[in-house]
Amino acid sequence: MPPPPFSRRVAKPLVFAAALGPFVWLVYGVFAGELGANPVETITNTTGIWTLRLLVITLAITPLRWATGWNPVIQFRRMIGLFAFFYGSLHFLTYFILDHSLMFSGVWEDVVKRPYITAGFTAFVLMIPLAVTSTQGWIRRLGGRRWNLLHKLVYVSAALGVLHYWWKVKLDVTDPAMYAGLVAALLAARVWRVVQARRQRSA
Amino acid sequence: MLIKKPSDLRESDVTPKELFLARREFIRAASVTAAAAATGVLGAGFDDEASAQNPKAEKFANLVKSPLSTDEKLNSYKDVTTYNNFYEFGLDKGDPARHAHQLRPRPWSVKVEGLCDKPGTYHIEDILKWFPLEERIYRLRCVEAWSMVIPWVGFPLGDFVKRMEPNSKARYVEFRTLVDRAQMPGQREPALQWPYIEGLRMDEAMHPLAILGVGLYGEVMPNQNGAPIRLVVPWKYGFKSIKSIVSVRFVENEPVNTWKQQQAREYGFYANVNPDVDHPRWSQKTERRIGEFFRRKTLPFNGYADQVASLYTGMDLRRHY
Repeated sequence: MPPPPFSRRVAKPLVFAAALGPFVWLVYGVFAGELGANPVETITNTTGIWTLRLLVITLAITPLRWATGWNPVIQFRRMIGLFAFFYGSLHFLTYFILDHSLMFSGVWEDVVKRPYITAGFTAFVLMIPLAVTSTQGWIRRLGGRRWNLLHKLVYVSAALGVLHYWWKVKLDVTDPAMYAGLVAALLAARVWRVVQARRQRSA
Repeated sequence: MLIKKPSDLRESDVTPKELFLARREFIRAASVTAAAAATGVLGAGFDDEASAQNPKAEKFANLVKSPLSTDEKLNSYKDVTTYNNFYEFGLDKGDPARHAHQLRPRPWSVKVEGLCDKPGTYHIEDILKWFPLEERIYRLRCVEAWSMVIPWVGFPLGDFVKRMEPNSKARYVEFRTLVDRAQMPGQREPALQWPYIEGLRMDEAMHPLAILGVGLYGEVMPNQNGAPIRLVVPWKYGFKSIKSIVSVRFVENEPVNTWKQQQAREYGFYANVNPDVDHPRWSQKTERRIGEFFRRKTLPFNGYADQVASLYTGMDLRRHY
């Protein structure tokens, strides 16, 4: 049997460790008292922004493959996507436990009344079926076509995540605007690809 | 008579200050975790904490302890001086502590103008001599739904106002912060319209709870907290308590305060702490006291309703938020 390829032996563990980095830093920060005067705010902001960053990276992988023809990169997509869900879950749990003391009624009031929570909560909920069906077994059960269709939900999640961030900031929307630009560009790349494919077919 | 040597301790046996401060910091950090679980508050002993962080700060002597103070647990000097909204130094809450050393709080003068009989430019040293300084321990509630307990040093704003002899046409007081891009790097960005402007109705300004703050923790005001002189109005959201004041004007019409000008739907002129009127984007029902992990209920007028609610009888506070 040939040895496992470089990507699986070395690159995957490295990416895994890197994606876990922010979480490790937060855990260390809590115990060392390094998260500033308002640690809960630091935890909420850090887990939130990493959810968005990892979603953007996940969305970047397929266009990167098209652009470079470097196919092995696809192996990282599931792992990074699951890390996005991991940080999204921490983000939600921080809010649910520390802001609302595990009271569903408070969360529901927010979801109904506050657009930025509506957007963020929806983005998170839409990620749940994607995380659940991320296994080989589920791909087989659903069939590639249906699975692919379902996983298009990640576009909605990313867009709502950006909206959530945009509506939350008090004054300076530079950062949310940057993420909006990235997500828009990555979605545009897909539209462009579809248009190109059609043109080639009709040509 | 046998005279013993005073001590068998040598100079070198004494723990260097940096080291014991570092140890103390370590112990504090370790206890945060434990305290967090029990919803403990950070904050250590008062004088200790203050001198430990800023050994050079000038201390005020003979402060009068005010009966208007709360006896709640204080936030630590570190929390109070490293977690600030002071956009003149940047938008991040750590920015003021990082950049406020560029501010020169001396020499400093406050220009008093408008509908009063004693207009003029007054030096901070003189202002400090006019009134006995008090220690006032107040709750501070930010519009962003966090709060602290801070031992301010200051004097009643009402005493200052009376001394300026406003005339009967003066219905409001308007305050302005310094504008100086060299000293306040945040002003190089048009984050807000500079200068920062705030205002109070005359009866609010005369209320005994409203003070001009010139220090905290018994010491001269740190730059990042609004040196050398700032407003403290404990029943209103923090943004009303304007910092580093250079101008006081007595006017007839309601001033347009900076945050109202920025976003009138979200921030009003009155800005009284009110759990029943949500910010359009978030709830004001609860708040996170800095140092605590879970939220606590927000009180009407930040817990000062008994003293100040009568200022607003007959007013619709949903409309005048």
